[in-house]
Amino acid sequence: MILDGKCPSGPIEKTWDKHRFDMKLVNPANKRKFKVLMVGTGLAGAAGAASLGELGYNVEAFCYQDSPRRAHSIAAQGGINAAKNYPNDGDSIYRLFYDTIKGGDFRAREADVWRLAQVSNNIIDQCVAQGVPFARDYAGYLDNRSFGGAQVSRTFYARGQTGQQLLLGAYQALARQINAGSVKMFARREMLDLVVVDGVARGIICRNLVNGEIETYWGDAVCLATGGYVNVFYLSTNAMGCSVTAQWKAAKKGAYFANPCYTQIHPTCIPQSGDHQSKLTLMSESLRNDGRCWVPKKKEDCGKPVSEIPDEARDYYLERKYPSFGNLAPRDIASRAAKEQCDDGRGVGPGGRGVYLDFASSINRLGEDKIRERYGNLFQMYEKITDENAYKVPMRMYPAPHYSMGGLWVDYNLQSNIPGLFVLGEANFSVHGANRLGASALMQGLADGYFVIPYTIADYLARITPGTIKDDHPAFKAAKAEVEANTKRLIGINGKKTVTEFHRSLGKIMWENVGMARNEASLKYALEEIPKLREEFWQNVKVTGSGAELNQQLENAGRVADFLEFGELFARDALHRKESCGGHFRTEYQSEDGEAMRDDENFCYVGAWEYKGVNKEPELHKEPLKFENVHLAVRSYK
Amino acid sequence: MSHAASNHETMTLKIFAWRQKNAQEKGRFEQYTAKNIIPEMSFLEMIDVLNEDLIAQGIDPIVFDNDCREGICGTCGMVVNGVPHGPEDLVTSCQLHMRRFKDGDSIYLEPWRAKAFPIIRDLVVDRTAMDKLIESGGYISAHTGGVPDGNAIPVSKPDADTGMDAAECIGCGACVAACPNGSAMLFVGAKVTHLASYPQGRIEAAQRVCDMTDTMVKLGFGNCSNHYECEAACPKGISVRFIAKLNREYIKAKICG
Repeated sequence: MILDGKCPSGPIEKTWDKHRFDMKLVNPANKRKFKVLMVGTGLAGAAGAASLGELGYNVEAFCYQDSPRRAHSIAAQGGINAAKNYPNDGDSIYRLFYDTIKGGDFRAREADVWRLAQVSNNIIDQCVAQGVPFARDYAGYLDNRSFGGAQVSRTFYARGQTGQQLLLGAYQALARQINAGSVKMFARREMLDLVVVDGVARGIICRNLVNGEIETYWGDAVCLATGGYVNVFYLSTNAMGCSVTAQWKAAKKGAYFANPCYTQIHPTCIPQSGDHQSKLTLMSESLRNDGRCWVPKKKEDCGKPVSEIPDEARDYYLERKYPSFGNLAPRDIASRAAKEQCDDGRGVGPGGRGVYLDFASSINRLGEDKIRERYGNLFQMYEKITDENAYKVPMRMYPAPHYSMGGLWVDYNLQSNIPGLFVLGEANFSVHGANRLGASALMQGLADGYFVIPYTIADYLARITPGTIKDDHPAFKAAKAEVEANTKRLIGINGKKTVTEFHRSLGKIMWENVGMARNEASLKYALEEIPKLREEFWQNVKVTGSGAELNQQLENAGRVADFLEFGELFARDALHRKESCGGHFRTEYQSEDGEAMRDDENFCYVGAWEYKGVNKEPELHKEPLKFENVHLAVRSYK
Repeated sequence: MSHAASNHETMTLKIFAWRQKNAQEKGRFEQYTAKNIIPEMSFLEMIDVLNEDLIAQGIDPIVFDNDCREGICGTCGMVVNGVPHGPEDLVTSCQLHMRRFKDGDSIYLEPWRAKAFPIIRDLVVDRTAMDKLIESGGYISAHTGGVPDGNAIPVSKPDADTGMDAAECIGCGACVAACPNGSAMLFVGAKVTHLASYPQGRIEAAQRVCDMTDTMVKLGFGNCSNHYECEAACPKGISVRFIAKLNREYIKAKICG
């Protein structure tokens, strides 16, 4: 089937404005008759729930954490982009649009990206009005810095805690609506199914994580803002609770999963120190503003202390390979370059899995105080984890899974192929293409939540009658029974291996065969191994305790069970896409100098998969991508 | 992601963990042995290792709150050897590393203990009261859209920096747990200061401080009696001067209206 993204036509500059005018509105007095469920309360979800509540809709919001303030958006460090052009360095909405389309390796929709660039400016205004403590200069104006993939300074930041401050802004806006009674907050709830009646999304099934109760909630529309799925790799920069579960349950109910194999591998993470490790820690990309990446030119030097390696024996590989962007090359390029150096035997640190990120020349030029002011908390964090002082010795970095560019398929209105099911933020596939530039995830979360969903959901709600199906409908009962049976099954297996052991095994298969570099053979191998592991899981997993209590083993077991199904789809998507683009590198498709080779003739489309059952092949639907404003070209950062 | 072997010796630790099935049941300490612990592990990874071992023995693993494990989400938190988040300054439990301990050490694990934080299970407590505090006024009433340009109202750098210092609070609740009175004044003081530092937040400042203070009392948080334990326990180094600021804002609101 050919999918229609329903992008508005006409000149790109007018698409969003025209669409906003063309959409139906809901009369203010009628808004309170509608109930919207918002699942997930990170940047996209909290902003969306707050905005919809403020407009007058009845909103019920859900998160698995104990408070919406804990969503993983909080961990983003570096910043948020906007086309304000305050520094007068030539930025514009068009340039942000252009950089994002190019950065995404021409695998995102033009109209969606245009809208993102356009509303980016509103986001900054909104956050400032909410009291987000952005960095300011001595005149009192907002400060900016640069990020990977851009040659202008368009990134707004709040020390190294931009995500935290933006999330707290959205959380506080949400708290205001909770206080006003327009939003009802349900914390410590995990969505375990989507209820679909006659092809329309009507509600959700949740597990109350405190007492184990399975609860049903109906809504006139369901919004998923549940984040990304890179924990399928086991080790990633995501929070421990991040999972694919809500997305996957929706996919099993008919929502198409788009481009699952597009994941971002972030170039600047603290290298793994051992097999005990539960997660990886990212260091802000903004460090590459002042830090220079290098490895020893000679393999023999890798074990030596830095002081014994003179400058001429160092390979500043990013500056060498990409002179115009240098250390600020985009994430996929920087990650691949780092891995290349390490695979070549010139990595540093334990196991040779690391490159240096060196601040010595910046410290010489600017002084240690300036560097401390810019990145102090990051240096502190690095020292806590590695016990090394990065003012004295260079940091060591290695790439790690960080962000999912794929997600549930949505049209321009953020509506999935299931009417009434909307998907926001990282949980959808929409604007990043095959790669995401720095400081653009926060932008997307808030754009979707504050400035897109409040308009587009109205167009849907204006066409339906509120409250026609509630949770006394048999479909809710059936979905609830299914969730309860699944819980019982997990607890009843009582096998020998823990949930973590299975997750670790899956992560190993995924990272080694479906990770940064992959090829037909490795993908086919993964497609054989994952079902085997899944089968073993359902026979041999050990889940302690019962379903009627706070049971973290059970929560994790459910998430890993979903990863075990989703991982297979991920590998299948990677296998079908016979090209290299963005963070997704198929070793068979590369240029002579090792750069990724895209195949626009055959793969310039969104690949959206329809679930057909466990152990059955999913069906691929395509949405062709048209590039009318930014011409398809080989990405070059040289 | 390498699978690098560690050259360090492993440690064996005696763990005394607070076990409590739910809010109704009585809690008690149980003694366990954590084996094969290496210095690079985070404190929570040490509990992971212990829990895997407990599961293998058919014992329910120790339940604890955690999520980002990067010291920023504020989810984790437990009292380690009598100190919220453990012996190291300026870190959350997830960023505490086992290199702080040595082979044979005994470690006591307890949940946050405060009237306003009822125990849910083992080391997990209910911190909803902190959300209630924010809901009572810890925000600026800006509507979505229709706001002025971000640069239309300049904010002086010292004010912006003060606001930022206060905004760094991660809401973990260690300050409440450390306070002999179970006071939330550092948490509230940080939010009041953050928002009062900006012209955008100044307008509601008087109402905000009164509402948040009232709510604090209603929810069972105690008062500040200048022990400074909150500041000592805070993983983000939030200063007690924000409590002084809270008091000044409160007096200003009550006297000047």
